[in-house]
Amino acid sequence: MNPEETQAFEEKIYAFIGRENGPPKKGHDAVNEPMIRHWAEIMGDESPVYTDSEAAINSSKGGIIAPPSMLQTWSMEGYSMAGDFVQDVQRGLHNVFDEHGYTGVLGTNTTTEFFRDLKPGDEVTAHTVIDSISEQKATARGIGYFIETVTTFTDQDGEDVGRQVFRVLKFVPADGDASASSESTDDESPAAPTRIASPRGHDNGWWWNAIDEGKMLIQRCKNCQTLRHPPRPMCGECQSIEWDSIESSMEGEVFSFTTLHYPKIPGYDYPLCCAVISLNEGTRIVSNIVGIDHEDVTIGMKVKGNIEQVDEKTMLPQFYPAQAGE
Amino acid sequence: MNANIKDKAAIVGVANTEFSKNSGRSELQLAAEAVAAALDDAGLKPSDVDGITTFTMDTSDEIEVARAVGIGDLNFYSRVPHGGGAATGLIHQAVMAVATGMAETVVCYRSLNGRSGHRFSGGVSGDITTSDAIHWGWYMPYGLLTPASWVAMFTQRYMHLTNCTKDSLFEVAYTMRQHAASNPAALFYQKPFDRAEYNAQKKIVDPFQLYDCCLESDGASAVVITSTERAKDLKQPGVVIKAVAQCAAADMEVMTSFYRDEIAAIPSMDIAAQTAYSQCGLTADDIDAAIIYDAFSPIVLWQLESWGFCKHGEAHDFVMDGALRLDGRLPTNTHGGQLSEAYIHGVNGIVEATRLVRGTSVNQPGKTINHALVTAGVGVPTGGALLGTMDTL
Repeated sequence: MNPEETQAFEEKIYAFIGRENGPPKKGHDAVNEPMIRHWAEIMGDESPVYTDSEAAINSSKGGIIAPPSMLQTWSMEGYSMAGDFVQDVQRGLHNVFDEHGYTGVLGTNTTTEFFRDLKPGDEVTAHTVIDSISEQKATARGIGYFIETVTTFTDQDGEDVGRQVFRVLKFVPADGDASASSESTDDESPAAPTRIASPRGHDNGWWWNAIDEGKMLIQRCKNCQTLRHPPRPMCGECQSIEWDSIESSMEGEVFSFTTLHYPKIPGYDYPLCCAVISLNEGTRIVSNIVGIDHEDVTIGMKVKGNIEQVDEKTMLPQFYPAQAGE
Repeated sequence: MNANIKDKAAIVGVANTEFSKNSGRSELQLAAEAVAAALDDAGLKPSDVDGITTFTMDTSDEIEVARAVGIGDLNFYSRVPHGGGAATGLIHQAVMAVATGMAETVVCYRSLNGRSGHRFSGGVSGDITTSDAIHWGWYMPYGLLTPASWVAMFTQRYMHLTNCTKDSLFEVAYTMRQHAASNPAALFYQKPFDRAEYNAQKKIVDPFQLYDCCLESDGASAVVITSTERAKDLKQPGVVIKAVAQCAAADMEVMTSFYRDEIAAIPSMDIAAQTAYSQCGLTADDIDAAIIYDAFSPIVLWQLESWGFCKHGEAHDFVMDGALRLDGRLPTNTHGGQLSEAYIHGVNGIVEATRLVRGTSVNQPGKTINHALVTAGVGVPTGGALLGTMDTL
């Protein structure tokens, strides 16, 4: 779409903001014990306040209540394939998106507030408003817009019993694949992504080659014996270009660390703890801290490293908390 | 060794394009628009310009910008590397050119589609083929890929060694957002936040949550520099460059200088600050307001220490006293900063520092601003400039 077309499209979709999604929808059935029992069975929720009227009477609830998470079910319209497919305002909005190529749909998140427990006999009515539509966003799934609807649930007396915010992303599938609107059903699973490898050049390739063979080396000046890491072609102390290396003990302590949460790059597991480690030899190295909850990592903690195959293609030093007594 | 640049050159024109998430046009067009607007602000014609400086990272060639804007013969052009660390480096190059007569009038610009085009938050990847690919290779396999993660490594160490807590990170981010909330040009105009909202944001890398991290935005900023003699005859009150310095301190890596004895400080900025102060004889006590590069909330703390507004390790106490607020000791980032106005690599900060000295900031502090500091991005080789009114000549 060119800027004018985008503007015209956005005018169309933003005109939906604030509109009611049709008249309030009253549930087909009042809150009732059989449906509560079915739900509790399927969910595996054995709380007696849902199914055991005697225990429920003696509980703080004073009688059987519906599981709060059933709130939305009491006003659901039923299976659309079994009855009339209602062309409500929200579907009209989705149609506008579909017509402009935003065919993908992804429920992103929902939050629900519960104002009181529902009891058998309560009648629930849902009243839904298209509350907001975001500006255009670039997401991992593709360019799109977040649509937020707010549903207010009321009882037979018109009192609010709950409120739900539901957010969906309508997007242009990044690969142009219209089937992105449903979950992927690829039977051919693509190769798992691997970690980004270091390029190997004259000044560093030898170090990574040694890692592949299970050894972590530290470069040493042949002239003044100063250790240096990361490797470089000349000694900063004496300017000698002659060097060899020693094998590291891979023992040391955490000098600083941070745990990464976002963005999540393919090939890495998050939360991902990265640390600057002071090796006992006196040089430092950046690596991962593994084998411990990231919240328990501290500066000064003693660590011990191994060289491990972390994915299909990658050998890498990984550091663990040192065992007590080591 | 003191460079003889004090009072030789002045900022006479500044401009930003609008800031957005999708500019809808090329970086070259944004650059041309900002340059033309800065010249208009100065009351100069494109043909008055004979020098250009920009970032090595900028995709818009000087000669393309010159052709687009109608700038004629160029006697001087220069680029500064290291991302946001180049911000005041543009002034550094321009002032040397003007002071030595290599150029009479230099325009500096930075233009980026930082949101709709290349986004810095995506981090480095194995695809890069530049000469520092090997450097990034020490970090990429472990997943230490993003600017936030590199800065976090210094931050955690700093918080371990000082009394700095999330309270002062919040105070920095909160104050910048307050300023942006009353700046109509800011992307976060009229969108202040409170502590609960700050705390509720998603984790990026420990200890940063979303509001500790700067924006990514589209836009361009430009600055016109000429001799102080010529500045006296121009449309705007000139803003004199009292000092400008830059430094890549010993044992420097781009963003990952983890191998120095201590990493809870930024020696490049410490040295640039000392150099700048010695060029002009000013001290921290003379500085009335500041634009401090704020890609992430804690880097403001370290620069306050570098520039002597408080002792090393004591920035937490300094900012918790409200020093950065409009009525504080050092009103800072009155435009909202990179955190909350826009991320134009700090050159929008030079524009705002100029306005502060002119007295025309949308959030102009109540007190008189005779001298203002503006700094460039840190973690990389960096620098800063001290600006003053024409009355300080």
